[in-house]
Amino acid sequence: MSMPFYAPPEQVMKDRAEYAQKGIARGRSLVACVYDGGVLLVAENPSKTLHKISEIYDRIAFAGVGKYNEYDQLRVAGVRHADTKGFAYSREDVDARSLANLYAQYLGNVFTHEMKPLEVEILVAELGSGTRPTQLFHVAYEGTITDEDRFAVLGGEAETILDAFSGLFVDGWDLAAALKATTAALAGPGRVLGADSIECAVLAEGATRRTFRRLGDAELTDLLVD
Amino acid sequence: MALPMFDATNDPGPSFTALLQAEGFEAVAPGDLPGSIPHATTVVALRYADGVVMAGDRRATAGHAIAHRAMEKVFPADRYSAVAIAGSAGMAVEMVRLFQVQLEHYEKVEGVTLSLEGKANQLAQMVRSHLPLAMQGFVVVPLFCGFDLARQTGRIFGYDATGGHYEESDFQTNGSGGPDARTTIKLGYRDGLTRAEAIELAVLALYEAADADAGTGGPDVVRGIYPIVATVTVDGYTQVEEIEVAERFGAVIERRRELRGDAGGALR
Repeated sequence: MSMPFYAPPEQVMKDRAEYAQKGIARGRSLVACVYDGGVLLVAENPSKTLHKISEIYDRIAFAGVGKYNEYDQLRVAGVRHADTKGFAYSREDVDARSLANLYAQYLGNVFTHEMKPLEVEILVAELGSGTRPTQLFHVAYEGTITDEDRFAVLGGEAETILDAFSGLFVDGWDLAAALKATTAALAGPGRVLGADSIECAVLAEGATRRTFRRLGDAELTDLLVD
Repeated sequence: MALPMFDATNDPGPSFTALLQAEGFEAVAPGDLPGSIPHATTVVALRYADGVVMAGDRRATAGHAIAHRAMEKVFPADRYSAVAIAGSAGMAVEMVRLFQVQLEHYEKVEGVTLSLEGKANQLAQMVRSHLPLAMQGFVVVPLFCGFDLARQTGRIFGYDATGGHYEESDFQTNGSGGPDARTTIKLGYRDGLTRAEAIELAVLALYEAADADAGTGGPDVVRGIYPIVATVTVDGYTQVEEIEVAERFGAVIERRRELRGDAGGALR
């Protein structure tokens, strides 16, 4: 009878974290921030069909970085959760906080119990209304959840981008200014990202029900021009 | 509620009803029902130059009593389609709610909207799965219309209680006042009606239906309750302002008053 080798739990967790971080670092990063008309989400993504940013519900958006198939599965689960909840109760009972908590539990469970942790980091953004403030919930690969009310950066180079973006962020700026700053922070020094290499969407005030809207290439080009 | 995760072999896909079944939500068949159940009545849809006009009266009846005076029977199904209901009111409204979520759910999961034909088929499946209840007397018969972006035209689909659905070339009506409304539209219809003419004809059809059918509510000028009228065009679903609907009915009433209730041969 063969005996499995003993590995201390600290080592197991450290290895898993390293594995997940490496996976996430292979992909491109993503920035979300508030602006005067809602929430802006921008990701570096040359693909026009494999989205990093998607609609979950009337005032909730989802964004993921890392391994596409893993965060896309989480996105679909989020849509399912939100639609079921809105159908069973009411549309206004669907909130980002409970969804972010479910994601955190799921990611935490997979991290500790499965062979392989998920190589993803996700963001659940909610556009505030009446009783709820605008919130950005950032959930990491091991289930750590943080909430931001101004901006959040996800991905392998999050720290560098966060440093750059913190210096650029202005409270109450408009969409064009916010988009230019997020794109510049994502690009980093000595690089320029055009409309065709970013994916961009907003949760914008003014819509009667569904506030999620993708910004197309033409609109992005217009907004990025000085 | 737990996070709804499925493995690849039993994933419900983009269907919301399949998801509800997988999650254990079941439609409950009522046993013995106390008293009579509210019914909804006349709805109409007709094509015009820019798309489709859909309209429905506001009355719900339970036996010989008026159960509701301000019930809505015309709903946006999604941005480019509308659904109107006749039949057992409670179940019909629930079916519309499910249909709306179904279309939005598909759009969000798949990232693209269903074709208009796909939406019509989805609704047919819902009517068909409702058949056991329809056999018990709770018939729900929807009327569906929308703007087909691929063909750039308005389209109308009529249904029967078994889920059979048939595309109509120009117009369709439904409910107990449906035959009167249909005759009115048939006599006044021609190709390429303008928006104003199409709304006028829909309003007249509802007026005639209410005139002949006890289950259909006419314009309630005392309470200021008027039928719901909506258009679906390339710009999407738009509900016609109540003030405009009130004006149209006002014109019909004025003309009839002059003729002491006689239609006077005027179709529009």
